[in-house]
Amino acid sequence: MSTQDNKLLNVSDLHVAYGKVEALTGIDLTLKEGQLVTVIGPNGAGKTTLLSAIMGVLPSTGTIHFNGQDFFSPEVETLVGHGLGLVSEKRELFSTMSVQDNLLLGAFLRYRRGDTSYDTTLAEIYSLFPRLWERRHQQAGTLSGGERQMLAIGRAMMGKPKLLMLDEPSLGLAPLITREIFRIFADLRRQGVSILLVEQNARAALKVADYAYVLEGGQVAMHGPAADLANDPRIIEAYLGLASKHQELLSS
Amino acid sequence: MNLQIATLLGQDGLTNGAIYALLALSILLVFTVTRILLIPLGEFVTFGALTMAAIQMGKLPQLEWLLLGLTCIDCSLDLYQQARSRFNRRKLQGVALKLGYAATLVILVHTLPLAELPMGAQILLTLALIVPLGPIMYRLFFQPLADAPSLVLLIVSIAVHVSMVGTGLLLFGPEGARTKPFSDSGFHLGSVMLKSQTLWVILVSIFLIVTLFIAFERTLYGKALRATAVNRMGARLLGISPVFAGKVTFALAAFIGSASGILIAPITTLYYDSGFIISLKGFVGAIIGGLVSYPLAAIGSVAVGMVEAFSMFWASGYKEIIVFTLIIPFLIWRSMTSHHVEDDE
Ligand SMILES: Nc1ncnc2c1ncn2[C@@H]1O[C@H](COP(=O)(O)OP(=O)(O)OP(=O)(O)O)[C@@H](O)[C@H]1O
Ligand SMILES: [Mg+2]
Repeated sequence: MSTQDNKLLNVSDLHVAYGKVEALTGIDLTLKEGQLVTVIGPNGAGKTTLLSAIMGVLPSTGTIHFNGQDFFSPEVETLVGHGLGLVSEKRELFSTMSVQDNLLLGAFLRYRRGDTSYDTTLAEIYSLFPRLWERRHQQAGTLSGGERQMLAIGRAMMGKPKLLMLDEPSLGLAPLITREIFRIFADLRRQGVSILLVEQNARAALKVADYAYVLEGGQVAMHGPAADLANDPRIIEAYLGLASKHQELLSS
Repeated sequence: MNLQIATLLGQDGLTNGAIYALLALSILLVFTVTRILLIPLGEFVTFGALTMAAIQMGKLPQLEWLLLGLTCIDCSLDLYQQARSRFNRRKLQGVALKLGYAATLVILVHTLPLAELPMGAQILLTLALIVPLGPIMYRLFFQPLADAPSLVLLIVSIAVHVSMVGTGLLLFGPEGARTKPFSDSGFHLGSVMLKSQTLWVILVSIFLIVTLFIAFERTLYGKALRATAVNRMGARLLGISPVFAGKVTFALAAFIGSASGILIAPITTLYYDSGFIISLKGFVGAIIGGLVSYPLAAIGSVAVGMVEAFSMFWASGYKEIIVFTLIIPFLIWRSMTSHHVEDDE
């Protein structure tokens, strides 16, 4: 805990291969305590692979420094124990269990460590997502796509992670809810939760983020403060351009 | 057949059915959480009964050495694993605790006047010796194979069963054993006599089943085990490790198995190799529940017990055949009603 002490997450020279095919070739990424960092990039760039490797779901080479400790291809449970949380692309809900049970299980480690304040967190999550409160006795497998997203996000928040990683949380959500969710991320950041956000919705992601990485073909193509990237002509062309063209079309 | 015979047979059927139901539940529990078909469950039954019998005869049960030996192997594996990463104080405490537990039991067994102990203490001692074997068994034989295909798990399960039967012969010898009933009195219900042990078996079984049900539905630990069964990766992402879940379910299975053995030991003479056929009948019950439904498995098991008791009266030579043929119509019915479900992992 000296020079690195405000670096919550530092990934260096991370390689991940599926069989012989390298999906990530030497990624370096840093996230400081309290920051919201976003990773954008085209389909198949390796964003999901990156989050899975940091989480220990996929074997990797390179070092992962998290919360003052170095990990080499660690186990998922170890990292969760150290305060890492992931809303995975597949959501991984417990489909035959109720919404409320799914949420409560999010606090399993807190419960196991004798922290009994998770009831308050549950109430907070229900007030953030009233829809989940209405459906608390429903089986998670029968929720709509958007409700499932809310549940996955809420479940991860129940664990009060130091760093919350989200893989395309706005996927399939109505625009109104998407805006709401991004507002929640901004709130969480203000409360001191660090967030690593993978998003297709580059415009919204760059707006809330402090710092951004652009992943292309398994490598970091660009990185910088989110506000700078949002004004970078290449980014506008590749990731924001479509939307502005769309708007031109609509307005004409 | 008159009413008296029918109630006697019904009593037997219900007693056996209650035990099969307990075993069916543990088979289901272990299977859904770990994908392992726990063939050695029957050995926990015989170990429970035979250890209890040995204690009542004032003999050393010998099982304490098995426990100590396996604990030593388990702990050296733990230490080896830690030496490769880094030593962690909490884990070292765990190792010390496990060794201390096994050593304490060895000392207790060798100093206590076993035969003179009250029955409750004898039961506790038996459980204390056998239950830890469950998690150790998981740690040594199944944990390294957690990602192996189901067939490999099944083969290992059979191998563990065979070696435990051998160990049983070594520890307890080839003689059968029976234990004293929990209480001596019988009850009269009209003109028929109810054996008190029958009541014990039924009451304790119902109590255990209800407790398990509440634990699984209401407590977060129970929910965590269910969650592992539903979605292993989802559970891992919340810090619920499959190793933890595996050890807990194996401990539960060892507890239920040995408790069943202690319950039936006063009614039936058990040999070192009797466990398999008993747990197989629980398995038939579990199959009737389609290896998923707990209530159906419990009902199926009671049906197995009843069919067994009544076929004993009408066609005693064919008893086992009749019981095991019971599985066929259910398998046919299952294969006709259920459509193939894709593996979602
Ligand atoms: N299990 C796998 N086996 C082989 N290749 C894989 C596997 N998973 C992912 N890949 C490949 O690795 C590359 C990166 O995939 P990844 O899922 O990380 O992309 P992504 O950036 O998350 O894309 P998207 O935006 O579509 O979610 C892709 O080319 C993909 O086909
Ligand atoms: Mg992805």
